[in-house]
Amino acid sequence: MSLHQETVLISGHIIDSLILAKVLDIILMMGGAFDLEDVHIGTTREEPSRARIVIRASSTTLLDDILKAIQPHGACAEREADCRTAEAPADGIFPDDFYATTHLPTQIRLHGQWIDVDRIEMDLGILVDKRGTAARALPMGDVRQGGRIVVGRDGVRVTPLQRPRERDVFGFMESQVSSERPHHHIITDVAARIRQLREGHRQGQADSRVLLAGGPAIIHAGGRDALTWLIEQGFVHLLFCGNALAAHDMEADLYGTSLGYGLAAGRAVPHGHEHHLRTINKIRAIGSIEAAVTSGVVKQGIMAACVRHNVPVVMAGTIRDDGPLPGVITDSVLAQNAMRAAIPGVGLALLVASTLHAVATGNLLPATVPTVCVDVNPSVPTKLSDRGSFQAVGLVMDAASFLSELARLLGRSA
Amino acid sequence: MTRLLVCPPDYFGIEYEINPWMRLSNRVDHERAVQQWHGLIRVFEQDLGVTLERMTPVAGLPDLVFTANAGVVVDCTAVVSRFRYPERQREEAYFENWFRGHGYAVVTLEKALFFEGAGDLLGFPDCWFGGYRQRSDIRAFPHLSERFHREIIPLELVDSRFYHLDTCLCPLSGGDLLYFPPAFDFYGQSAIAQRVPKDRQIPVPEDDALRFACNAVCVGKHVVLPSGCPTTEHLLQARGYRTHSVPLDEFMKSGGSAKCLTLALD
Repeated sequence: MSLHQETVLISGHIIDSLILAKVLDIILMMGGAFDLEDVHIGTTREEPSRARIVIRASSTTLLDDILKAIQPHGACAEREADCRTAEAPADGIFPDDFYATTHLPTQIRLHGQWIDVDRIEMDLGILVDKRGTAARALPMGDVRQGGRIVVGRDGVRVTPLQRPRERDVFGFMESQVSSERPHHHIITDVAARIRQLREGHRQGQADSRVLLAGGPAIIHAGGRDALTWLIEQGFVHLLFCGNALAAHDMEADLYGTSLGYGLAAGRAVPHGHEHHLRTINKIRAIGSIEAAVTSGVVKQGIMAACVRHNVPVVMAGTIRDDGPLPGVITDSVLAQNAMRAAIPGVGLALLVASTLHAVATGNLLPATVPTVCVDVNPSVPTKLSDRGSFQAVGLVMDAASFLSELARLLGRSA
Repeated sequence: MTRLLVCPPDYFGIEYEINPWMRLSNRVDHERAVQQWHGLIRVFEQDLGVTLERMTPVAGLPDLVFTANAGVVVDCTAVVSRFRYPERQREEAYFENWFRGHGYAVVTLEKALFFEGAGDLLGFPDCWFGGYRQRSDIRAFPHLSERFHREIIPLELVDSRFYHLDTCLCPLSGGDLLYFPPAFDFYGQSAIAQRVPKDRQIPVPEDDALRFACNAVCVGKHVVLPSGCPTTEHLLQARGYRTHSVPLDEFMKSGGSAKCLTLALD
């Protein structure tokens, strides 16, 4: 994704003279790309035409070279203004007219220079540092009185997503959700990405972590072993979940049940409904999930794999939680912050069988992170897309089937 | 076309180099230049009955003789040139004064918008062409187009020897176009082809183009052009034009010929 871009304007008799065609050809021939915006074609021979061209290049040098090359043909950089800022009137309150972010790559113009907004995320404000040389997206609750917040829309520009070079399912960026579409090619593409990211992660490449945000249906549906295997094989590097996924995963290890149902036999076992409570109580007594795993009480499963393979887990609580387990963050703002802090470096997000965690994670992800949302209920990927995470590929299918197929494609023997 | 602005070559010479034709070492034979200029004037006044307005020459402004670059005149309005090179910028005030003194409404473009007058803007009654890149700035044309309600097709001049549009393109009264295609790129040639049908195009050979065959003045069915361009003369005669060739090689030392030495006033 190149963020080096400039908007130019060109006007006059640019159509019949082929000046516009020449300018666009120059941009392409030099290795740049463009979006044509606001093209107005004169309706009579006398009336001039005009076009606004957004030029993108892989480096500032190339962008400058392109601008120099097209300038003699009348394409001039749009007169752009610096962004405006205002001080936050109090802690936790943005100034009126604050700029609300999207999750697309965003830049602001300060002292004539375009700078990237760090940690971009939808629905935040933009904080400019005291020296006026850096900016980052900031949640409303985190602003401190006097913080310089971008207001209005001048001097802010958002870069539309470009199609990734890979010609896989993410390249189409279509978030159409249907239970009637074949799944196999999507899972194949996800597997290919994950394999590539594991390689990158091992080599210490940036943005090569795979995030999985999941719900307890992974355990109920029988996807536990596959997910455990994926974690153990180094294919998942970060887990977001709630109290339930962790509780039922460890319940399965301790009692062989998930919410009281025998995972092997598929029947309710006597007093099985107590198993998850007893599990939570046991872990609370031990003090932490880590201690439960290292002491050998919890031997296998998703949580055990995370502990043994140093995969960070952020557990966000909800109002209906039992216990909760030690480590579950019950303050939702703190939980959101913990998830936010873990997101930098994520290169692929799998949102599996959880409406709340899928939407919460989708809200925190920049649009540049390829995302897959898997749920048996089509409304979940639809909801995610409706809430702005348009980059997410929706897959209407059972969590266990997805994880098992993914693991199989990545080398797990059936 | 009945009136042309000219400027006697009293101070004409080569005092600087601002185009590939100019060489300080290539001295102008001043007496010969004066004779050639008067030869041109004679053709206009005596042979073609054109009315000539004579500007007062100014010492130290050797190129004031090239009045095509004074500006462009449409009816009673004159847009005064903004020269790219400082050497010629000193001419602007004299041209402006002349226009004002002769009752023209004077329009000036913003300082940084280079525009070298009729040297870079010429055309047919309904469609004009604007030469850019070498001297004039393409951004000047939308202003002129808006003011005069004319379509102006910008054409990039890609060969520095043909540094003004009037050195390589000459619209003729009958709708024909005398021009040297290689002075334009693919886009320019295509744009010309869109506006001028093939049977109206008169491409000149390179030898003639380099003698500035296109730097011609068309008065009705008469075309005044520099001598030494026999092929072009034949091409013109075949289309029914009467040609008048004038020796102007002293002015070619400065990169100018018949058209550069005149400005159409109406």
